[in-house]
Amino acid sequence: MGRQLLIDNINQTGIHTLEGYRTYGGYQALEKALRMKPEDIVAEVQKSGLRGRGGAGFPTGMKWSFIAKPPGVPRHLVCNADESEPGTFKDRYLMQRKPHLLIEGMIISSFALGANLSYIYIRGEMMAQFHILQNAIDEAYAAGLLGKNILNSGFDLDLHVHCGAGAYICGEETALIESLEGKRGNPRIKPPFPAVSGVWDRPTVVNNVETIAAVVPVINISGEEYAKIGIGKSTGTKLISACGHINKPGVYEIELGVPVEEFIYSENYCGGIKDGRKLKAVVAGGSSVPILPAELILKTAKGEPRLMSYESLGDGGFATGTMLGSGGFIVMDESTSVVKNLFNFTRFYHHESCGQCSPCREGTGWMEKILRKILDGRGTIADIDLLWDIQGKIEGKTICPLGEAAAWPVAAAIRHFRPEFEEYVKNPQNIKDVKHYYRLNNLQEA
Amino acid sequence: MAKVTIDGHTIEVPTGTTILEAARMIGGPIVPPAMCYYSKLKTTGGYCRTCIVKVSKGSEKDPRPMPKPVASCRTTVMDGMEVQNITSPDLLEARAGVVEFLLLNHPLDCPICDQAGECHLQDLGYENGKSKTRYEFDRREFEPIEIGDKIKLHMKRCIHCFRCVKLAEQLTPERFQGMLNRGDHSEISTYIKHAIDNEFSGNMIDVCPVGALTDKTFRFKSRVWFVNPEDAHRNCSKCAGKARIWLKGEEVLRVTARKDKYGEAIDWICNECRFDKKKTSDWVIEKPTHIDRHSVISMNHYESLKDLKQDVDKQQKQLVNKKVNLGQGALNPNNSI
Repeated sequence: MGRQLLIDNINQTGIHTLEGYRTYGGYQALEKALRMKPEDIVAEVQKSGLRGRGGAGFPTGMKWSFIAKPPGVPRHLVCNADESEPGTFKDRYLMQRKPHLLIEGMIISSFALGANLSYIYIRGEMMAQFHILQNAIDEAYAAGLLGKNILNSGFDLDLHVHCGAGAYICGEETALIESLEGKRGNPRIKPPFPAVSGVWDRPTVVNNVETIAAVVPVINISGEEYAKIGIGKSTGTKLISACGHINKPGVYEIELGVPVEEFIYSENYCGGIKDGRKLKAVVAGGSSVPILPAELILKTAKGEPRLMSYESLGDGGFATGTMLGSGGFIVMDESTSVVKNLFNFTRFYHHESCGQCSPCREGTGWMEKILRKILDGRGTIADIDLLWDIQGKIEGKTICPLGEAAAWPVAAAIRHFRPEFEEYVKNPQNIKDVKHYYRLNNLQEA
Repeated sequence: MAKVTIDGHTIEVPTGTTILEAARMIGGPIVPPAMCYYSKLKTTGGYCRTCIVKVSKGSEKDPRPMPKPVASCRTTVMDGMEVQNITSPDLLEARAGVVEFLLLNHPLDCPICDQAGECHLQDLGYENGKSKTRYEFDRREFEPIEIGDKIKLHMKRCIHCFRCVKLAEQLTPERFQGMLNRGDHSEISTYIKHAIDNEFSGNMIDVCPVGALTDKTFRFKSRVWFVNPEDAHRNCSKCAGKARIWLKGEEVLRVTARKDKYGEAIDWICNECRFDKKKTSDWVIEKPTHIDRHSVISMNHYESLKDLKQDVDKQQKQLVNKKVNLGQGALNPNNSI
């Protein structure tokens, strides 16, 4: 096991309370940070090489330095806790067990950005975590860690946790901002970017829960020390939520650069494939990143071992690579049908498309219908080519990245598993789908 | 000022101009089509994606090309920017894809749709679409809704351009309509079938690029190409009174706003002018409307016919040239065709 900076002591009783969190060294980073200058904190985060943990992997320090600073205009920090990517459940775990880590990170980051009013936007389905966070915030207010003149530093911060109504699209930063303002969660058309005009038309930074939590260890151990962990430009530790056909599903904190093979088969992490079956494919970073077959996820196209890092997983582009994404690691064994899995993903994106721009609104529904047809055994080879064509016409033509998120899984599944699609088309009698009978005969499922 | 090159035409435009506006200043076939952008309404555009263009050079300072096609109606020009519209085959392919998406759930009921002849989607379909659809599933269906006593909403024809919503936000005192539901089952609707009732609500018929919002006083009266548009005016206390009346013989079949060549209203008109003034004596007729849109509706006009004749001649000439070239190619023994 590597170093644990985020989930250390997470199983200690009482760590979710302020007292318990303080027992294990909590809020020391805040005291240190409040003695620093805000620009030094930004510099420290830049030095650490910390990258956005929500999926895109954009350098956090650089994002912070982009925020517009017009005089007299308040700035805001918004924490994106709308974790809804299928396969990703790291933020929920962190907020449930160590809510004060996030709050401490929020105070430090707000101080660094000069924000006096910050928000945590939490997904509607996470009601339990919403209450845990709210209790933790109340505790922090009572202890003088939030509110006016925090720890006699002269810095004021009000922190609100806002509950969404449960839409995947509200995890897109501009949709999140719209939703936070009380409107329908539709992505805004960019530019202007949130760094210039975000919440209430003021400069805003939106960061993922894990990114903000990671600021705490960065301050604690210094940026240089943090940058030593990891490999190359992928510095620090990353939470990976592993699920699927593995012996030990759960949230793991890894030092970036652990080989994928070790992560899947080591007893410290996933513990190998369930029931001794063979690995078939892995979706390495949440449902929207391209699926990779076993031989490509363990080794790159050049034959080098693939590592859990932004660069190594991305090696080979989308032809033979994938992305680290948000860290939703979905493992599939040989008994899994990639076509059914893809149908499930596509159905999700169809359901979650906001309906603003034409390619995503119409294309996601179309792809779902074609996949359902293939699953029902009524597909043709032309349908597979059509799917390929549709995903290409969605990708890159949409307002927000949901279009790409819907197109990439389809492209990757066809790219790597086309024979399986063809099998569905050529031998529909072999399909072992319980629902298949009902759908074909237009019956209601029992 | 910023210098921008679109399909080889260079123009200098004020900073902050969008690519689409710059293209409209140049004019001609390089202007990207726009279904949701409306220059008279703020914050429109960006939804339909038909106006996408390829930016092959970002600016003088940062010459990198943009990685994805951008919506030209929402992207401002940079000094030294180079844009490809009709000169990029990839882009035209991408646009054809967008048009296909727009037509995917459209009922294609043009034969019974009042908008036929002046429908932007129809024109767009003819320009970029294919004659056959690849969509084999049931199309989205909605029951028509009466919104007020003068306007009817056919949601199944809607392409979600949001123009009517933005118009209500910006022109009328209250907005009653918005979007319900998500994704491909989303619909523009009023809150529990609330009637839209205000002095300028009729303008949403004019901004609608398709036949989703129709004028109930004109529905099924005539095909638009059988009526003669005339520019006319009257003294109106509520609006400028400058309108376009559509005559069949001596009868005023309908009144609309005057529109420019991109189909955008020049002046908004009030509901009184639009729905109640249906007598020739209500209006002072100025002149027959000059229509230069490339559309079925302009076929009544000699000028357009002249253009069309030239067009046909040109195409025939090209065809002949092509044949000659092909013929020579075939005769040439060195050519492997």
